[in-house]
Amino acid sequence: MRLIVHNMMSCNIKGVVNNFPLRIEAEKVIEKEVDFNPDFLRHMFAKIEWKALVDGARSLGYTELPDHAPDTAALESDESFLRQFHHALLELHLEEGSLVCPETGRKFSVNKGIPNMLLHEDEV
Amino acid sequence: MWFLCVFYHRLLDFRKPEVEALAELFGEEIADNESLQWRLPEHHHNDTPFHFVQLSSEEIAQNIAKRSILVKGMYELWGEGTCYEELKDSIQSYPDSRKLPFLSSGSTFRISVETFGKALTFDEQKDRINSLTYIPFEGRVNLKNPDHNFFLMEMDESEENNGLPPIVQRRIFFGREVGFADRKLLPTFQLKSRTYLGPTAMDAEMAFLMANQAKATSGKLVYDPFVGTGSILVSAARFGAMTMGADIDIRVVRDGRGPDCNVWSNFKQYGLPMPVALLRMDNNLPPWRSGLKEIFDAIICDPPYGVRAGGRKSGGRKILRGTVDPYTVPDDKRTDHIPSTGAYSLVECVHDLLHLAARMLVMKGRLVFFFPVLRDENGSEVKFPEHPCFRLVAVSEQILSSRYSRVLLTMVKVEPYSEEVEEAARLMHLEFRENHLKWLEDGNIHSSVFKPSDSSQIHADSKTFKDPKPKYRGKYV
Repeated sequence: MRLIVHNMMSCNIKGVVNNFPLRIEAEKVIEKEVDFNPDFLRHMFAKIEWKALVDGARSLGYTELPDHAPDTAALESDESFLRQFHHALLELHLEEGSLVCPETGRKFSVNKGIPNMLLHEDEV
Repeated sequence: MWFLCVFYHRLLDFRKPEVEALAELFGEEIADNESLQWRLPEHHHNDTPFHFVQLSSEEIAQNIAKRSILVKGMYELWGEGTCYEELKDSIQSYPDSRKLPFLSSGSTFRISVETFGKALTFDEQKDRINSLTYIPFEGRVNLKNPDHNFFLMEMDESEENNGLPPIVQRRIFFGREVGFADRKLLPTFQLKSRTYLGPTAMDAEMAFLMANQAKATSGKLVYDPFVGTGSILVSAARFGAMTMGADIDIRVVRDGRGPDCNVWSNFKQYGLPMPVALLRMDNNLPPWRSGLKEIFDAIICDPPYGVRAGGRKSGGRKILRGTVDPYTVPDDKRTDHIPSTGAYSLVECVHDLLHLAARMLVMKGRLVFFFPVLRDENGSEVKFPEHPCFRLVAVSEQILSSRYSRVLLTMVKVEPYSEEVEEAARLMHLEFRENHLKWLEDGNIHSSVFKPSDSSQIHADSKTFKDPKPKYRGKYV
């Protein structure tokens, strides 16, 4: 699971309010190189919850991202920032571990890189 | 500029929508509520492989042909006629300024003869090429790698076997090739060479057509909520798009049939970039964070409509038990608990899909999906699901059996999503549900497709029971 997915997911147990971002418990993290596509990154940047990405990256052991999202001009001029964003968003993989709901502590397991977001019968 | 657009004689309903989607993708300006301008050759039926299409540049025509699956070639027409005399007059009256640049002495050329619905011997082809001496070719012939490709195309008035209704008059075309399709993709991607397959994997040709309808291209994010073995996303990835897929069956997305036979390996096999995400979730109860919207450029899918595979959603046992105490999972069993699932009717599935697309697609993003249609509905008009955020731009039917077909719907997001829109969508859905639930209800379509045929028919006369193959095959090709 890459952080782009982590940034989209919340805990959707019925009645839970404080459901994002899910805390990452990492057991195995791997890195895989992905083709650098600036257009895609610029499109995604506007959709990303920055703090969730920064915290997610830290829990996977990557600490280079700035605390605060730079303004969009940096996407045009600052290639090294775009590379860091690319690396955090697409190249870090949580292979084994869990996503934990901040409110209920419900763990969604990530196994072989696939997050299992299906709820139990008594949670829907 | 008008171009002669020659199609493969396959999937007739899919041909023009593909060209229209690709024209937009390659920058043809098409106003809202308008489409490309098409014209038929004289006396031709709409199912003919020969069509004329208006495009603003040769470059766009070339790009469309190159990327297309069903366009055999795009040609600049130099002349046409019902016989070779007429063809000659027509070619001679075509302006020299358009012809001479391609006939110059420094260039190389080739003339090919193509026919539709008939075959010509080698000698007949040679005669026809030799009859073109009135065109002042000055260049040298090069059969392998010419600068300019010319085509002489001939189609007789319908006889027995060309698969068109018998109203077509003989027509001969002569033109310069502008671009042609690369069907080599198809043998490479055909399903029989795919490592990991499921029972409803989308065949490669159709998957590419779907990706074209969705305008999948580099830098775009394409999502399939019923990803299965990934056969649709493979085609989108081949066209450069980033892909993401979800499925409710974890065995399919996570395990496959082993370490080298799973969804990932299907991408690896063709050297394509891996999906940015595969996950297990329920499309009926998606875990998207609140506030997330307009993130996908296209959603392409083949929803489970219950003929070969039925849909599932969360909460099976709860539904089964009805009013009995809600089912709870004991705390010590929580970690490894496998939640049960319940049936997911097509009506609900399509509603969720439209809702997902309305929220998650960017403006002008495309939703491309198959919808089943029963064919023995006494010719009554089929109604497709609607949503206030979407405009239906293409409807292409593929006939699967005498009982049912599937229709590829292409919708474009034209209105942003909001709560008011959601309310309007709910009413539209209720109306749709009210009027169409009859056969969309769980199991209904399955039983209609598989019910035994009327026994009185079989016994009536076993000799006449088998229809002779109809001469006009139309959409069956």
